[in-house]
Amino acid sequence: MRLNPLIGISAIATLAFLYLPMLAVAVLSFNKTRYGLTWSGFTWDWYVRLFSNPEILEAARNTFVLALLSTVIATVLGTLFAIALERYPWPRRSQGLLENILYLPVVTPDIIFAVALVVAFGAFRMVSSLFEPGLFTMILGHVTFQIAFVALTVRSRLKSLGHDLDEAARDLYASYGYYVRRVLLPLLTPGIVAGAMLAFTLSLDDFVISFFTAGPTSQTLPLLIYASVRRGVTPEIHALSTLIFLLTVLLVLASERLTRR
Amino acid sequence: MNKLIVWFGELTTPARLYRRGLWFLLPAVVWILGLLVIPGLSLVALSFAERGQYGEVVWNFTLENYARLLGYGIFGWSPDTVLILLRSLWVAFVTTLVCVILAYPLAFFIASRPPRTRYLWLALVIIPFWTNLVIRTYAWQMLLAPDFPFAKLAQTLGLLAPDAGLYPSPLAVYIGMITAFLPFVVMPLFSSVERLDWSLVEAAQDLYANRFRTFFQAVWPQTLPGLTVGVILTFIPAMGMFVIPDLLGGAKYLLVGNLIQQQFYASRDWPYGAAVSLGLMLLTLVGLALYRRRGKDVDLV
Repeated sequence: MRLNPLIGISAIATLAFLYLPMLAVAVLSFNKTRYGLTWSGFTWDWYVRLFSNPEILEAARNTFVLALLSTVIATVLGTLFAIALERYPWPRRSQGLLENILYLPVVTPDIIFAVALVVAFGAFRMVSSLFEPGLFTMILGHVTFQIAFVALTVRSRLKSLGHDLDEAARDLYASYGYYVRRVLLPLLTPGIVAGAMLAFTLSLDDFVISFFTAGPTSQTLPLLIYASVRRGVTPEIHALSTLIFLLTVLLVLASERLTRR
Repeated sequence: MNKLIVWFGELTTPARLYRRGLWFLLPAVVWILGLLVIPGLSLVALSFAERGQYGEVVWNFTLENYARLLGYGIFGWSPDTVLILLRSLWVAFVTTLVCVILAYPLAFFIASRPPRTRYLWLALVIIPFWTNLVIRTYAWQMLLAPDFPFAKLAQTLGLLAPDAGLYPSPLAVYIGMITAFLPFVVMPLFSSVERLDWSLVEAAQDLYANRFRTFFQAVWPQTLPGLTVGVILTFIPAMGMFVIPDLLGGAKYLLVGNLIQQQFYASRDWPYGAAVSLGLMLLTLVGLALYRRRGKDVDLV
């Protein structure tokens, strides 16, 4: 395929446009001055300070605990949901309803999702103080949007598997439990892993849902960055953002490696 | 119900299958119903309630929240909220349009790379997509700050007062939005472009179609499935976006997302916030319905 060189130029320019902001942040994270944007020499200082800043370390811990716990729960629920949707002969109308429930978290705008959660936790709080804003409510919120993404990923894998191996297993007198453990789950593993990775990254990335459900002691990295943008950004935040960006690059490249074979 | 059937190699009855299936189904469905569907529906009830003196919810039936949404306040009609709603639609529209225009060259460029390097180029689009939105937005804040070359250039050209920055401004909101949503259009569009049937393009050229006609009659229709997904994935979240206008737009360029956020934070007016949310949901559903006819066979994920 031959392309007009103008298309190439425009494509490269668009990519540059996408990367310019991150590049500027990365450059400034090595800048010596604390205030202002003028360059005054190279330093690793901000990266060193980052790792002795208790607030940032705490937020990093919260972010990973939140992502890990919510991903585990969402992966289990989402996988079960996908199996239920794909492997059971629900009547047509219930199936349609279930599909809508599956797509709802995907198409609902973030902010409405968050508002619905605020209202739900407000009501639950009358019953139990467990629902005070904090890590627990954040986990509940994150799982709610992750389930759908896991279920959709696992489901597309289930669709591509077909009936043959299931039937072979049952013909050879595998019990249902044995079939799930030794046939279905191993076959589904790539889909489950892909779904879990997607859920994990979505949780790490999330700002809006966290913003609305977080409490005073459950700050995550995106919330911390947002708060410091409002107070005035320090080079430490540039350094933190650069590290998060590098982590993102690694995750994307790793998942490309895993999924394209 | 008790008829014997063979289902995935298992001899069973529908009743037994349903009973087992419910165990798989219920955890996720109960979770989504309890935390999203029922609270979402209760927003409808909430939107007809009143705000108490201290920001609590008072369950008196009133239509006041909707009147306010249409601009009728205690001081008579003012265009502010209607303007915010229309502006959100407009910003979402412009963002989607510019993203589509920028996405075509990029998608074709990536599709024209040799297979070995193609996925690296694609990864270049995916990486910003996964980079945290707050980080990308504050990065633009910096780039558009008074000391940076862009603002300096605008200052020398006389487009900007000396020592002023390019943000907060509508332009900054558009730039932030476009860079945030571009990958959402490029990725589905690329998957359509990759599968493009080039013999149709050759046929068009053999029949002396000019470039314009070749594109709109031989290329464009083939990319519609991917384009549809891209447009949905951009337009809907763009309308509800609140991080970008919050950080780049300042107080003068509020979108509906900011209005909702204010009601649940600063103003503590949940009933009005619920009414605004439902307004946004309505816009979203209208947007989805308009696309439904075309996007029916397209997977969203």
